[in-house]
Amino acid sequence: MKREIAKFSIQKVEYLDPSGNLAEDAPAVYGAVEGHAQLVEWYKMMVLGRVFDAKASNLQKTGQIGTYPSMEGQEAVGTGVASAMEDDDVLLTTYREHDARIRRDEEQEEAMTNILLCWGGDERGHKRAGRNRKDFPLCITIATHCGHAVGVAMAMKIRKENRVAVCMLGDGATSKGDVHEAMNWASVWRLPLVFVIVNNQYAISQPRKLQSGAETLAQLGVGAGVQFCKQVDGNDVIAMYEVTVEALERARSGQGPTVIEALTYRLGSHTTADDASRYRSAEEVEEARKNEPLIRLRLFLERVGVWNETNEVALQAECKERVEGAVKAYRNIIENHPQTVDDMFVHMHAKLPATLKEQLEIARAFSLDTTKEEYHGS
Amino acid sequence: MVLNAETGGAVDLGEELTMVGALNRALARAMQDDDTVVLLGEDIGVNGGVFRVTDGLLNEFGDRRVIDTPLAEITIAGAAVGMAVEGLKSVVEIQFSGFMYSVIDHIVNHAARLRNRTRGEKTCPMVLRMPVGGGIHAPEHHSESVETYFAHTPGLRVVIPSSPRKAYGLLLAAIQDPDPVVFLEPTRLYRLGREKVEDDGVALPLDVAFVLREGSDITLVSWGASLVETLQAAEELAKDGVSAEVIDVATLKYMDEKTILESVKKTGRVVVVHEASYTGGFGGEIIKRVAKHCLLALLAPPDCVAGYDTVMPLSQLEKQYIPSVERIVAAARDALKYS
Repeated sequence: MKREIAKFSIQKVEYLDPSGNLAEDAPAVYGAVEGHAQLVEWYKMMVLGRVFDAKASNLQKTGQIGTYPSMEGQEAVGTGVASAMEDDDVLLTTYREHDARIRRDEEQEEAMTNILLCWGGDERGHKRAGRNRKDFPLCITIATHCGHAVGVAMAMKIRKENRVAVCMLGDGATSKGDVHEAMNWASVWRLPLVFVIVNNQYAISQPRKLQSGAETLAQLGVGAGVQFCKQVDGNDVIAMYEVTVEALERARSGQGPTVIEALTYRLGSHTTADDASRYRSAEEVEEARKNEPLIRLRLFLERVGVWNETNEVALQAECKERVEGAVKAYRNIIENHPQTVDDMFVHMHAKLPATLKEQLEIARAFSLDTTKEEYHGS
Repeated sequence: MVLNAETGGAVDLGEELTMVGALNRALARAMQDDDTVVLLGEDIGVNGGVFRVTDGLLNEFGDRRVIDTPLAEITIAGAAVGMAVEGLKSVVEIQFSGFMYSVIDHIVNHAARLRNRTRGEKTCPMVLRMPVGGGIHAPEHHSESVETYFAHTPGLRVVIPSSPRKAYGLLLAAIQDPDPVVFLEPTRLYRLGREKVEDDGVALPLDVAFVLREGSDITLVSWGASLVETLQAAEELAKDGVSAEVIDVATLKYMDEKTILESVKKTGRVVVVHEASYTGGFGGEIIKRVAKHCLLALLAPPDCVAGYDTVMPLSQLEKQYIPSVERIVAAARDALKYS
């Protein structure tokens, strides 16, 4: 006898389409004044992210920071996810989630300065600004932070806390065993853990289709036993926020982990060291640009009468000023308060071992002058 | 049984324990004293661990502190990092050293680096325990000596006990340390003998080498299970009137260089003994420092008796691989020819 013993389906959530139309089944609040005010705030956040991102890319071009990974086009994911989280939740991300990181800090200029420090080659950038000190520093090695998220959620569960770990990973990461292990473990333990797969269609040059034979990446959670797996229009901040809120509520009420696949598109190259024109056409990018998250939100806000060109001009100027402030603070730190050789050593262990003390003396004796131009030349 | 210089054999306190028993008592003590200590690993709960190191701890501390994980070594290590950053003291058991290559990503890329990369804001106080070494007729991938992989990595401490008392005191120290410690347990010593261990909660110091036997003609340096043969070799040499000093390095990273160098300056001769393969083994590290600091005191070329640069053989040949008393004595006698 053959009989069906399991089946699944994946729901896709999209509330705001690329033309700025709100879906009929969107939460009613977005048709009302308070919802509009919320959307204006998110719009401002996303524009700040866009302006920061462009500035950071330019700083790399002029040699003022090192390699930088642009998040252009993905702003709605980070903004939606971070806005849904509580302060004492824990965010773990890859290296591209600048928006989420900026959003999570009340000291947003300091958060931007820290991001510049990271990519400017100064470890102090990994410190967290402001209130979200429990968040993890960005993770470069793909998917490994999924394991850390499991540990964080385990700690929350063991201590019976009402907190949630949120782990943002890429589409490429889903090919790694780490992700399966983490989803599986989260499912076994019903952990308060939300996985957000930021499917920006590319892992450096490799398109999404090379990463998985599955129709959606959300369904990877199904095999692991994750009960709540959704695909979301990641360029729609409303859908991102609403689904994340639901996932967080489920986690807090003991219903376990969630897998959210956020469909978006990496408009820029992988990093400033990459040239995306080697592996994808200009037409494809142009098409994707029509779907990006800022255009649709601005169209909607203008249509409901809470945004206009004057607001836009003022916002752009304000964002530029705030970003310039962050850049100025970054320059001040690296130029006037540079790290010394001591900083390589003193944080290796709680107490400096004898061998490292000896090596520190050597490093001090041969210390180079970091204020000189030639030190920074290649 | 490995002799214990610091007890002098005169201590009459405590219970006679195997190394497994001593490790078990240390874990229990650490968990009693600090409720942030959490154990995680495969089969460590109901089963008490495949070597029974965690036997009984599930009953004593419950399944929120003695955690049987999914069979997922990558995430065992990853979760340990996440738990440690969140304020728990995670103590991981990796079942066999051959399974640790999956965890090394987290240990090297994250555990070892977190304090540094966050400039001290985040720390990773975790312990990674695993059995190491051969000599118990185990299957393939169960007998390797892996200390050098970890000792080479900045940010880690690497500790190997050589007796039940050392196991007890050093494991407590590893758990109390505010940074990641790799704690390697020689399987051959797990049940080799018993020793009186006082369950007093007192940690032994890390980064300290122990002189197990004093001598004046040659210094024999070793750690873990190889100290069994090294001490027997010293006994053999004594029959010829040769006085060998035997040092248990105990903490490879950070090694107590001073104790070793002072001994070599006194004796003028040194043989390092380890089960791990010869090339790139930690013996080279010790001899490098001896060469730099003891050159004028040396009477003979330093030597290293190690496992061969072969794959660790299966059980039928493992005794051919593990440095024998005869090989150690021969190396010592070679050194003694110089005068």
